[in-house]
Amino acid sequence: MTATEERPAAEIGASRRRKEDARLITGRTRWTDNIVLPGLQHIAMVRSPFAHARITSIDTEAAKASTGVVAVITGADIADEQGALPNAWAVIPDQKAPVHLSMAVDHVAFAGEIVAMVVARTAAEANDAADLVDVDYEELEPALELKAAARDEVIAHPDLGTNVSAVWSYDSAESGTGGDVEAAIAAARDGGIVIEQEFRQQRLIPAFMEPRSIVVDPTTEQMTVWSSTQVPHFVKIFIALVLGIPESKIRVIAPDVGGGFGGKLQFTPEEVLTVIAARRTGKPCKYTESRSESLMAAHHGRDQWQQLTLAANADGTVTGLKVELIADMGAYLGLVTSAIPLLGAFMYNGIYKFPAYHLGITNVFTNKTWTDAYRGAGRPEATYAIERLMDELAARVGVDALEIRERNWIKHEEFPFSTVSGLRYDSGNYEAATAKARELFGYDDLRAEQRKRRESGDPVQLGIGVSTFTEMCGLAPSRWLGSMGYVGGGWEHAAVRMLPTGKVEVVTGTSPHGQGHETAWSQLVADRLGVAFEDVEVLHGDTQVAVRGLDTYGSRSLAVGGMAVLAAADKVIEKAKPIAAQLLEANADDLDFSGGRYGVRGTDAGMTMAELAFAVFQGHKLDGSAEGCLDADATLDPDDFSFPHGTHLCAVEVDTETGASKIRSYVCVDDVGVVVNPMIVEGQVHGGLAQGIAQALYEEAVHDDSGTLVTGSFDQYTLPGAPDLPSFEAARTETPATTNQLGVKGVGEAGTIASTPAVVNAIVDALRPLGVTDVPMPCTPYRVWTAIQEGSRS
Amino acid sequence: MIPAAFEYFAPATVDEALGLLREHSDAKVLAGGQSLMPALRLRLAAPEVIVDIQKIDDLRGVRDDGDALVIGAMTPHSTVESDPLVAEHARLIALATATVGDPQIRHRGTFGGSLAHADPAADLPAVAVALEASFVIAGADGRRTVPAAEFFEGVFSTALGEDELLVEVRVPKYTGWGAHYEKFNRVAQGWSIVSVAAAVRLDGDSIAEARVGLGNMGPTPIRATAVEAALVGQPATADAVREAAARAADGTSPVTDINGDADYRRHLATVLTRRAVLAAAGTA
Repeated sequence: MTATEERPAAEIGASRRRKEDARLITGRTRWTDNIVLPGLQHIAMVRSPFAHARITSIDTEAAKASTGVVAVITGADIADEQGALPNAWAVIPDQKAPVHLSMAVDHVAFAGEIVAMVVARTAAEANDAADLVDVDYEELEPALELKAAARDEVIAHPDLGTNVSAVWSYDSAESGTGGDVEAAIAAARDGGIVIEQEFRQQRLIPAFMEPRSIVVDPTTEQMTVWSSTQVPHFVKIFIALVLGIPESKIRVIAPDVGGGFGGKLQFTPEEVLTVIAARRTGKPCKYTESRSESLMAAHHGRDQWQQLTLAANADGTVTGLKVELIADMGAYLGLVTSAIPLLGAFMYNGIYKFPAYHLGITNVFTNKTWTDAYRGAGRPEATYAIERLMDELAARVGVDALEIRERNWIKHEEFPFSTVSGLRYDSGNYEAATAKARELFGYDDLRAEQRKRRESGDPVQLGIGVSTFTEMCGLAPSRWLGSMGYVGGGWEHAAVRMLPTGKVEVVTGTSPHGQGHETAWSQLVADRLGVAFEDVEVLHGDTQVAVRGLDTYGSRSLAVGGMAVLAAADKVIEKAKPIAAQLLEANADDLDFSGGRYGVRGTDAGMTMAELAFAVFQGHKLDGSAEGCLDADATLDPDDFSFPHGTHLCAVEVDTETGASKIRSYVCVDDVGVVVNPMIVEGQVHGGLAQGIAQALYEEAVHDDSGTLVTGSFDQYTLPGAPDLPSFEAARTETPATTNQLGVKGVGEAGTIASTPAVVNAIVDALRPLGVTDVPMPCTPYRVWTAIQEGSRS
Repeated sequence: MIPAAFEYFAPATVDEALGLLREHSDAKVLAGGQSLMPALRLRLAAPEVIVDIQKIDDLRGVRDDGDALVIGAMTPHSTVESDPLVAEHARLIALATATVGDPQIRHRGTFGGSLAHADPAADLPAVAVALEASFVIAGADGRRTVPAAEFFEGVFSTALGEDELLVEVRVPKYTGWGAHYEKFNRVAQGWSIVSVAAAVRLDGDSIAEARVGLGNMGPTPIRATAVEAALVGQPATADAVREAAARAADGTSPVTDINGDADYRRHLATVLTRRAVLAAAGTA
């Protein structure tokens, strides 16, 4: 292996600039809405303004007579054709769900549900005519408040008879992964510590930058569907299943996609209806949602009530954790709506050694936009709960927030560690990440400043927030998914092809929408095959090119998809070996592969991959003993999850006169294992932090008493901009994962998961001397000020 | 979304614009478009006619007119923000303008457009009221001048008639006054929850004159006259200013919305007034 050392693995670990950025940033690329086809028709949707109503009549005459209108289609028109939208995850076998139609026929269950569509020659004409569709509704009382809905006070779907979709639980005593939590709590009530707290995970809107857009061309032998989606492979299968079109007659393309954050991990009514419109009219059709439609009708995220009981000994050693949560499904079950709380179910114990654990989930329907995956999907909720609780525990014991964590976390020498929720954490080093974060943050100095401000009664108080998180990434071992009730698998697929000129095509089943797979996968393959980074091209997102794949979500792409790419590259190297042996007239056993070249050991003879590729292309000298092809496919199913972790520290200045919170500094040390491209990782962390901080301080989807979305535009739905966020200091430690060949873990969700509790912990820490023990999210100035007023009264 | 169809005119003179407004009963004036365009695209507004006044060059620019500054209604925020006359004689306007939206919005949006739109949470109305600006309005019978206190009539409602045009705003000179604009919002580009515009003239260490305007404390901008009166003759110290500022919310009836209830806004008004006046005095 001496030759290997001559050419070090130069790409993995290099902060390569992203290949895709020039076209993504300038927008000079194939966003779906940029696609124009001959004879293209445009669709406008008519949506229910009511959260809960019966449709009594729809008059389409005026709309049909409007200029440029090709067709006006109602739910009744396509009742036999539209099928029902799928939910792909039965968390229990008898999970209840209403029939989810792409277009309502006689009942609407949320404001924004589609009741009709107009197909016209131009988008303007479609919009004009949509205004002329006259729908009569009989309003019904909406089920809006989650706890009341859980008690079936008002029923969101009268036909279903209940709002409860599923009840699921995990108990460590029953599962044999730990003790009895009720006993632990009872014991703690006698001389120990019991903390009971309720948290609200507010409803969030994914708010991806590019609104969803679909173009369908029915005029080719394979119907072509372009969609701004995270999951083109899902879309292909579900179009086939829902509309009865042979899968082989469908080609789905996710061209460049401008963000998703889970919000485009969906099979949507709009996709089904655009296909129907194109099929009915026989011409290409386009639907692009407006921002208002996007905020109202693309699926929402979070929205849970969490009731928590933490038991500990008097010294702060945790002894039990009990979680009861109610999760808002919204009006329908989307692809994985019902499983979002489940994805957090194994994470409430965090990085701590709880001896007993119980979790109960109640999934509930309301008359609001359906919820589904949003960055972190279940794990931010869990992490928030446990990290807020650990701060409360520290306050009760009277020790520092870092100290209480250290007393309870899994020590680095204790890995692999089987947790109370039944997961096996393969690796981690919480001590190292925390020590580094503490130093970068200047923890002791900030604590000193905090004391000074408290003593002087400064109107601006300083709070320090801690969040030591872990998450399960790399979704997911197929057998685990199957055991949990998911209909699909969690494998990923890749192909690597040597081209005649020595360039390399990599096909991935992942579907990037901003993550930078083209760059990172090129780095992987360049190192593995010993070719130049620039010579690698990554193809994705077109089911005719990337034939197999399960797309991008759940921090899976590198840990699963990237490993499939490596596996395919390894196969190419293997396939090249007998060919090289034949052409070099050497024994295969005497060949070494390094630096992109097969060399005959002990001689100067050898052939590069490029030379081999050309020889294979010509075929002139091959004797037929080996397949004359340097292409390979690989499918990889992960052995287990990966478990990134990190320590996030946040200093917040709280203006006690106005309630305004300002993040002064934010330090995070994430351990995402081996890093392929540090700049991409840092970008993911920065973006994730912004989104997690936004949950803590800014974002909330608010409905009024009638179920109308009050925060229906960016004027009201508050997103932070660059001026509202500090300059982040993002550092890393590197403890390789043991569950994949490269030691990578996943970083797409880390920042989002960790930052929300860090910020809220900091605010509560600032205000604890004023009697504040919690502030509901988002911690708006008004809510912080109100908490201060209430704290001073109590 | 796509706006509903409308007829579009782009007159080159004020008279031409006024003629169009008289001729069409359902017409909207398009200035910088920063409020009207979103309303059109959301179809919250669907006028039959748009009169685009961006080609009327006479309405742009800042000029010195003796004891007053005159700011053309179509002067973009970005010009006002950096204009040397504004900086010297009405710095409060420059400070408030610098907080409007973001640079793109400030390059398209106009001084007069923002005032004529009369959004209670906007930045410039409170400044105009505080500085006793007057609004020059052109109509069929020539020009009339309306003081700021009478210009704003309600939420999105002003003294402008349907066939009238705001052409310029006259601002008395506040040369040598200290000024500060205290805007309280959730994000940098968000609307004010409450804002306070303050200008102060010092005589030695004490306050000789003060002007305080409140934004988003009611349907129209409010002049905090009780605070102004209480400040006169007081030293510009924290205690004295705090006492005067405690009256900032007197007589106001602010809205309750997701950003705060009326009590919170009244409390904010006193805190922000104290900060604005102290900061203004510090720059005098």
